[in-house]
Amino acid sequence: MKSLIKKLVETVGPSGYESKIREVIRGEVEGFADEIQVDAMGNLIIKKGEKKEGGLRVMLSAHIDEIGVMVTHVDKNGFARFTTIGGVRPHTCYGSRVRFMNGSAGVIGGERLENANHVHTIESMYIDLGASNPEDCPVKVGDVAAFDRPFEDLGNRVISKAMDDRVCAAILIETLKLVKNSPHELFFVFSTQEEVGLRGATTAAYAIDPSLGIAVDVTMSGDTPRGIKMDVSLGKGPAIKVKDGGMLADPRLVDAMVQCAKKQKIPYQLEVLLGGTTDAKAMQISRAGMPAGCVSVPTRYVHTPSEMVDINDVNNAVKLLSALISEPIKLV
Amino acid sequence: MKSKKILNQIPEIGEGQIKLLEKLSNAVSVSGEESEVRAIVIEEIKDFADDVKVDALGNVLVTRKSKVKDPIRVMVAAHMDEVGFMLVDDEGEGLFRFEIIGGIDNRQLVGKPVLVGKEKLPGVIGAKPIHLTTADERKNPIPLDNLRIDVGPGNSKKCKVGDRATFATRFEIWGPSLVGKALDDRLGVATLIELIKHMPENIELLAAFTVQEENGLRGARVAAYSMNPDIAFVLDSTPANDLPVWDDEENSRYNVKLNHGPAIYRLDASTLSDPRLINLLAETGDQYGIPYQFRQPGKGGTDAGAIHKQRGGIPSVSISVPGRYAHTAILIARREDWKNTLALMYATLCNVTKELFLTER
Amino acid sequence: MTDLKETLKKLISLPGLSGYEAPAREVIEAAWLPMVDEVSVSPLGSLHALRRGSGPEPRPSILLAAHMDAIGLMVTGIQDGLLRFTEVGGVDPRILPGLRVTVHGRKDLPAVVVQPADYLLEPSQRGKSVAMDYLFIDTGLEESEVDELVKVGDLVSFAQEPLELSGKTIVGHSLDNRISVAAITYCLQELQHMKHKWDVWAVATVQEEETLGGGFTSPFELNPTIAVAIDVTFGKGPGANDWRTVSLSKGPTLGWGPNAHPYVHKKFLEVAEDLEIPFQKEYIPRHSGTDAYAMQVVAGGYPTMVIGIPLRYMHTPVEMIAMKDMERAGRLLAETIVRLEVDFMDKITWDEVKDEE
Repeated sequence: MKSLIKKLVETVGPSGYESKIREVIRGEVEGFADEIQVDAMGNLIIKKGEKKEGGLRVMLSAHIDEIGVMVTHVDKNGFARFTTIGGVRPHTCYGSRVRFMNGSAGVIGGERLENANHVHTIESMYIDLGASNPEDCPVKVGDVAAFDRPFEDLGNRVISKAMDDRVCAAILIETLKLVKNSPHELFFVFSTQEEVGLRGATTAAYAIDPSLGIAVDVTMSGDTPRGIKMDVSLGKGPAIKVKDGGMLADPRLVDAMVQCAKKQKIPYQLEVLLGGTTDAKAMQISRAGMPAGCVSVPTRYVHTPSEMVDINDVNNAVKLLSALISEPIKLV
Repeated sequence: MKSKKILNQIPEIGEGQIKLLEKLSNAVSVSGEESEVRAIVIEEIKDFADDVKVDALGNVLVTRKSKVKDPIRVMVAAHMDEVGFMLVDDEGEGLFRFEIIGGIDNRQLVGKPVLVGKEKLPGVIGAKPIHLTTADERKNPIPLDNLRIDVGPGNSKKCKVGDRATFATRFEIWGPSLVGKALDDRLGVATLIELIKHMPENIELLAAFTVQEENGLRGARVAAYSMNPDIAFVLDSTPANDLPVWDDEENSRYNVKLNHGPAIYRLDASTLSDPRLINLLAETGDQYGIPYQFRQPGKGGTDAGAIHKQRGGIPSVSISVPGRYAHTAILIARREDWKNTLALMYATLCNVTKELFLTER
Repeated sequence: MTDLKETLKKLISLPGLSGYEAPAREVIEAAWLPMVDEVSVSPLGSLHALRRGSGPEPRPSILLAAHMDAIGLMVTGIQDGLLRFTEVGGVDPRILPGLRVTVHGRKDLPAVVVQPADYLLEPSQRGKSVAMDYLFIDTGLEESEVDELVKVGDLVSFAQEPLELSGKTIVGHSLDNRISVAAITYCLQELQHMKHKWDVWAVATVQEEETLGGGFTSPFELNPTIAVAIDVTFGKGPGANDWRTVSLSKGPTLGWGPNAHPYVHKKFLEVAEDLEIPFQKEYIPRHSGTDAYAMQVVAGGYPTMVIGIPLRYMHTPVEMIAMKDMERAGRLLAETIVRLEVDFMDKITWDEVKDEE
């Protein structure tokens, strides 16, 4: 699992520019799919299984895009101004390294601050690629980059950029490999452009027209010093989402997930996240609507270049998902 | 289609087109009440269309069929609505409180003449005399709460709460410049009308004159759902902030520049344009020597934001005529930029094929 | 004509927070069942009830939507036997200190929202309106019992009992938007004795307060011809007196703006004027904040209308409505429905409609 995660997180793929990561994933899932399709938004959609007695058409979604930056202007001295793609927080930028889709690397610098204790605004920062004029500069307006930090293995915990949501893409890949004899018609969606507004999941849900939607995404945790108050911690199991900033998970699905976890003796936590949302929101209100929910991986330092997860939570998430979709799902 | 042939067929911006733009710019159609522009549009295109429909929100949906079999179905959208105001409270003496529809900076409202209601009755947004203000007070913008639309005491012409209003600007030509209100997006509307009249033969054209773009891209959303195209182009106008910077530093946030041609969008707040369409536009521009520029990635949005997420997803891109001072009483654009926008769109439509979309995004 | 006062009081005493509307839905279904031909529940839990018209097929249909979900709170954590919580829907934290609530744990528990003493609060909160993050819910039970009976994700609703105040007003929580559900019930009662050509879909939607989820999904499933949202609107009260507010007891409001089709607005207006049903106008320059905002842009788009019932103190436990306004809304809906001609849709247009008083 760790080497799969490493492969996924170290690929550059900001929202709208997911072709590379899609290829990596396609390589991983090709042997296990009944049908593979790439749609107009670049979503990678894997179909597996047929609907049998007591089965549903289920869509599972993990997004493969990450937050990043796009060049807006290369000035006369070769410095590249940029805008953000998705929720990039300014204080994670200054001094960070970025890696462009074309392989070029740069560091983010900033204009002089009146008060050195303040945080730069995005507009007052720039990317330095070591060029002295626009002709030397290896990037141009419109080129995209992701933050650059290598995968680090601390044993139980692993750190990297883009754990959101590549670690969940890894979970979906492993679930796809594990699941056998499911009564459901399963669609594993590796969705695009989630970070800019759940755009890939919106169109994938419409096209697939499932009757149940399950997102797999990261959530935050409340287990760091004077951190946010949240009853979710690393190492206590995957989190079953009850509510987040964008939606309320269907209580019937929450219940089914809890019952499954209990039956399989998989540790779990109940999650209420105050900010942020997931592909589940897009699925829930697609067409005539569907019960939707999310299995979450507790993560520290979300939307920084060093997100941290517990590998046991990740493995337990795989166990929970595969168990859940291998049986009929009773929504009462 | 051969290169030379296409070059010769590119529609021109002549007297007729300018007159039409003038009519469109002077028309009053604030989001939610687009009747006047809708009528002009229908009148202009009805003899060229195979089908014209007005839907539940007031969008005008025009189909022009292709001469070839199994053509690529291309949606092209331009929004009919403009930013403006709604009168919300009658305080007597001809004074009305008003709300802003769409985004307009407060500081652009003061001292402007306006037109109110379907009869376009004259009114003004005044300001307290300077003599009665203090230096301190003048540092801050006048809040919307303190501004009123004044139609004159007695309100003899009977303006009412609920009426829409907009700036009273009349269209003019100043040298190379087109000057008027609402050129965002009457330039797009005029361009789309020309494309309907001179449609290339290889595509099925689904032209959508949308409503309520300024109120949340609402018309485009349902238009795209109904028309269900293969791909979509959105024609809009985008702010050119190419003025000097206060400290004479290089202007790195110009968005787009006048005289540099139509602006192709890569990223805005609502859409990440499909790279296959971006490349098609750029390659077409290079092929025919039509100047173009890339709009700086950043904030803002167009109808593409609603269109590309419809149904199973619709590859989309926006292309805009640059204009200074958008969402104010006077927008300034260059005739040459408009001409090149029309040329680039026409040539691109000639070049678009289904094969382009066999490669993955 | 059954007096809806007691049904209403019962309805607003039931829990039914966004996402968890089942208890309210059951009561509404029981009330509507005798007056409609078919009842079903949408994938998200909205109630769909069809009352067929008498016109020739294919019959156009009008969808009446009132959201049945209510705002409230949700438990986010348990600390020393006290509950931390967040909002479901929009809750002004200033109404919370000292508020009586019910915690829906393994059983319903009476509780109160409490504000710790200033010196126990983060410095920036002292003396100010305390953010929800720093407030607690106290059930009065010891820690061990709380741990057994309550868990993260449990819902908390306001515990205010319905009151009858002067002027035939009702006060309570969840009148946003159960009063509109009552208006639809009143409309269905009226229709029992009337002939109407169009089909009528009475819909109690879910999750309006969180995502407009019901508003987006019900029209997609039912594909009506016209969709009308009935929701509460701002009644004049202390601190709320400007153009966005209307008077209590002066009749329901007819919405005017981009979210309301002017031809449909005009139809309601004409009926109200002909029958001398008191009404007021609601000016909505941008978006209505109701299910109509969603319904209008579903699929290929629908002509929508917004009917408002004036309500004071919206999103507090002491919301106030006048029963008369609800009855007039119900009556206006019924009277307009019976006057919808079979060829109404041939004539509908956005143009040449003047907003005449």
